[in-house]
Amino acid sequence: MQEALNDTQELKDLQKQKKKMQNRRGKRLFYLIIPFIILVLLFSYYPLFGWVYAFFDYQPPIPLSQSEFVGWKWFAMLIQNKTQMHQIVQVLANTFAMSFLNILTSFLPVLFAIGLNEIRNKHWKNIIQTLTTLPNFISWVLVYSIAFAMFSSSGMVNTLLQNWHWIAEPIKWLDSDSHTWLKMLLWNLWKGLGWGSIMYLAAIAGIDPELYEAGRVDGANRLQLIRHITIPALMPTYFVMLMLAISNFLSNGMDQFFVFQNAFNLTHIQVLDLYVYNVGMGNNSLSLATALSMLKSIVSVVLLYVVNFVSKKTRGESII
Amino acid sequence: MSNIEKSEVTGGERAFKVFNYLFFIIFTLICVYPFYYLIINSLSANNLSAAGSINFWPKGLHLSNYAAVLKLDGLPLAALVSVGRTVIGTVLTVMASAFLGFMFTQEKMWHRKFWYRFVIVTMYFNAGLIPMFITMKNLHLTNTFWVYVLPAIVQPFNIILVKTFIESLPKSLEEAAELDGATTLQTFWKVVLPSCTPILATVAIFTAVGQWNSFQDTLIYITDQKLYSLQYLLYQYINQASSLAAMVKNNAGGALNMGAVATQQTPTSIRMTVSIIVVLPIMFIYPMFQRYFVKGIMLGAVKG
Repeated sequence: MQEALNDTQELKDLQKQKKKMQNRRGKRLFYLIIPFIILVLLFSYYPLFGWVYAFFDYQPPIPLSQSEFVGWKWFAMLIQNKTQMHQIVQVLANTFAMSFLNILTSFLPVLFAIGLNEIRNKHWKNIIQTLTTLPNFISWVLVYSIAFAMFSSSGMVNTLLQNWHWIAEPIKWLDSDSHTWLKMLLWNLWKGLGWGSIMYLAAIAGIDPELYEAGRVDGANRLQLIRHITIPALMPTYFVMLMLAISNFLSNGMDQFFVFQNAFNLTHIQVLDLYVYNVGMGNNSLSLATALSMLKSIVSVVLLYVVNFVSKKTRGESII
Repeated sequence: MSNIEKSEVTGGERAFKVFNYLFFIIFTLICVYPFYYLIINSLSANNLSAAGSINFWPKGLHLSNYAAVLKLDGLPLAALVSVGRTVIGTVLTVMASAFLGFMFTQEKMWHRKFWYRFVIVTMYFNAGLIPMFITMKNLHLTNTFWVYVLPAIVQPFNIILVKTFIESLPKSLEEAAELDGATTLQTFWKVVLPSCTPILATVAIFTAVGQWNSFQDTLIYITDQKLYSLQYLLYQYINQASSLAAMVKNNAGGALNMGAVATQQTPTSIRMTVSIIVVLPIMFIYPMFQRYFVKGIMLGAVKG
């Protein structure tokens, strides 16, 4: 009896010791990742403290400690100052328009994938895929360089049209504000359509060939097979992409609009990301730009949360 | 009757097929032609190129554009900066992703779940451009080379990819190494790292392209001309082309031969030549590594 008790006591001690060892080992494992935790702290969490600049009148090189605390002044200015508000409304209109046009054309990569899949020659299919995805991997600066070579007033298109005497004066493709949204959308499609279709192509490759076989036995032609088998199979992927696009509604990115912006098209090209840059770095209004960044970040996180909630409710799957 | 129906169907299908082929031929040409146009113009006689008569094939081939552009102030240095950030940045990001991906599979780690979430959640928020700028300034990273690589080292998305990959590997490998008395680091270096090469290749290729193409960080954090990247230099060249031609002339010492119009640099020739230099690495690398790119986006989809 006594022996047995001793045994359990020993066993407990042993377990305790083992746990202690494991704890020590677990701590040691943690020490190994500390350098990376520090990087995350410095470059992801610490910048959040920069949001306090939105509540000061920060004008470098005067340090924050000597800057005037202005409370919600910048936020109030966004809606109270007439010219400021006018600008904001235009910027939001541009942002919404670009995001909306992108969502409106989000079915194009699906069609692209379906069409490419209908090309039976594997060799050609591969070549087309490689060549049409190439533009996705060049920078927007390079896209702009290409745009300049092709569409500036001395560019290829204008020169050709003039040589053929179709036009007398070069058409201002780049330095005018006509159809700016449409032009940006088209450059976006040129760059991203091929790449955007790859995910759908992979989804098509994953469809059970027996489904098509069964469809053919039932007398369906190619278009009917596409309509009743391929498209329904692509819908889940499309839904996820759509949700992600909605959660990124405020983030058009800055590079594209920055390189294409000039004095002529500024009104319609300034999306939110570019506006923050222009206000902050161009006009040196760091505090106002921080206030804008802050609002944008908060709205974006809320959007992501809402979209994820919708996805969970409708499909039972979260997207994040 | 059924025969007629059948031929009607094939007629419609044929129309679809023709239209489909036509679309892809045209779209592919639209994707490729601009690159071809830049290449043939950068190689052709500059007076012909300026007159807009080089549209389909090069005329008056010469390489003096490339020779001249490589002598431009700042270009060799910018190329060095771009290559440097691509190589160093990619190595660091890949190693960090591999290591963290591995460490977050170690269930014994102290509060592993918390730290994993602590890192991953940073994917979903962003302080914004100006707070980042102020941060870099406070850390004294503006106008240093390290601003290109340090903030990009820990990439939550890559960590998820590597972690998922390691979790799909057979556990017995790691266990065997541990029984042999290998430390955690030895296990990582000798056992896990070599078996992760497919996923790491994907991470590497995406990181490298991202680093090579990055433009915004130079714009925001760098004012020192010595640290300009190629992309930023190209952007500047596009916007100040006329002063550029003067620069090239000065480089030639003003002793330009009047008969050499064909090889005399123009703003256009310089822009196109620099563009080709910037895009060439991508054009060479891309077809070779396309399968890794495709794999990358697929993994992203599975994750999403």
